[in-house]
Amino acid sequence: MKRLINQRPSRGTAILLGLLPFLILALVYLVASDARLAANPNDKLLPSFVSLGEAIQRMAFEPNKRTGEIELWVDTWASLRRLAQGEGLAALIGLGLGVALGAVPLLRAGFAPFVAGVALIPPMAILPILFIVFGLGEVSKVALIVFGVAPFLVRDLQQRVQELPREQIIKAETLSGSSWQIILRVILPQVLPRLIDGVRLSLGSAWLFLIAAEAIAATEGLGYRIFLVRRYLAMDQILPYVVWITILAYLMDLGLRLLSRRLFPWYHGAVAR
Amino acid sequence: MTPRIAIRNLWKEYGDQVVLERINLEVPAGEFCTIVGASGCGKTTFLRLLLGEEAPSRGQILLDGEPLPAEPGPDRGIVFQRYSVFPHLTVLRNVLLGLELKSAPLTGHLFGAARREALDRSRQMLDAVGLGQALDKYPSELSGGMQQRLALAQSLVMHPEILLLDEPFGALDPGIRADMHQLVARLWRENDLTVFMITHDIREGFHLGTRLLVFDKLRHDPDAPHAYGAGITYDLPVERADQRMLGEIASEVAHSEALVLAADES
Repeated sequence: MKRLINQRPSRGTAILLGLLPFLILALVYLVASDARLAANPNDKLLPSFVSLGEAIQRMAFEPNKRTGEIELWVDTWASLRRLAQGEGLAALIGLGLGVALGAVPLLRAGFAPFVAGVALIPPMAILPILFIVFGLGEVSKVALIVFGVAPFLVRDLQQRVQELPREQIIKAETLSGSSWQIILRVILPQVLPRLIDGVRLSLGSAWLFLIAAEAIAATEGLGYRIFLVRRYLAMDQILPYVVWITILAYLMDLGLRLLSRRLFPWYHGAVAR
Repeated sequence: MTPRIAIRNLWKEYGDQVVLERINLEVPAGEFCTIVGASGCGKTTFLRLLLGEEAPSRGQILLDGEPLPAEPGPDRGIVFQRYSVFPHLTVLRNVLLGLELKSAPLTGHLFGAARREALDRSRQMLDAVGLGQALDKYPSELSGGMQQRLALAQSLVMHPEILLLDEPFGALDPGIRADMHQLVARLWRENDLTVFMITHDIREGFHLGTRLLVFDKLRHDPDAPHAYGAGITYDLPVERADQRMLGEIASEVAHSEALVLAADES
């Protein structure tokens, strides 16, 4: 028998082992839900799989009787749009400012302490300011995501630029590169995959800011919905929404990972062509 | 004739640590100088001064009679021991990059006929260093020796007047080193270069090149190891040096290496 630290699962076993915790969770839920419903058929805390299925059917496939819209899709679309706008803008700021601060010592001396200071402001603390300044509409929610994520991305990208071996930059100078050309041809392409890494890491907090902003002031959105139906203890709606948000977050992460592999094979040590 | 490189009473100090002192040197065009010396004796600092990445504390360096520009430029190519090539570009594009930077100040990219012409030149250069079969590979797919060949091609396609080599083969296996020596000697002759090569291996200095420069401390104070900098202790044409001299220099370098180590430990 090999040592435990040397035993590696086959691919099939690994998938099975990975699924196991999910199955256990579902099983525990099933047993607990059954027990509560047996004691009190009107219990709302742990709805049965049947009533969860009915709620999903209602939310995802049938138009709302009052508005005529399919709730889940309206909410999903609204949330994803905000998330994409916020992350997109933050990524642009992060790339532009991060590369500028990383590559140009004069700019770094001027602005890096400021960015570091801004990054320390808890974004949720300025949400009221955003509501006051931008109103309760879309802008304030997107602005919260930008404010929460951009300083992290700026600092991350600046760090990545500064980590590029000095030898490479000198080499580019001996190839007659100007500051601009070196940024364009040597620095920028090398930090793009790192930007994707940064965006993947920041998606977690972006979701947090999105749901918080939606919970406080919105008329649709995934975060808005779960906080709305909380008033009715509608666990049969909240739980599917939470699972759906998790699936969306996973798919975004997966999508970015695949995009990075496809666009930047050199970064993933892959063989070209 | 003005020497390609003239160095007049050069000093380099960091704070109260003297790295190089009283260096005077004239190197005519076409010379292949090999620089040897104990580690930590300022060889690399000397190369960085020639590169323009560091400024002398005292004295001056003249390039073709003019003061050396204060930053690296296309007249002085460089190959480092590592990290000389761009990991995000294929072999062919690594070489193409220099030509693109030279002729496209705004976009850094060439298009159409100009690009085709530059690609042809890059391919020829890569053939000359023996990388003609690896044009579409990324540097991470190349062996250490191939990466150094690529770094050489990258520099030489720019036709620099001076080529600086900072222990370019230090990380390579001995067998591959021998191949690389032949390659560098050939490229030096074909491209009309003035070469400065740092090496750790004193034998390398004797096989390769026309002139051997040995860096070592001229004076030594055991209580203040950093008070005096290194100078050039031997400056000799390679054909004049014989086996006995080689042994002598090797043991002196080893001796001061031991002194440096002892000083660092104390």
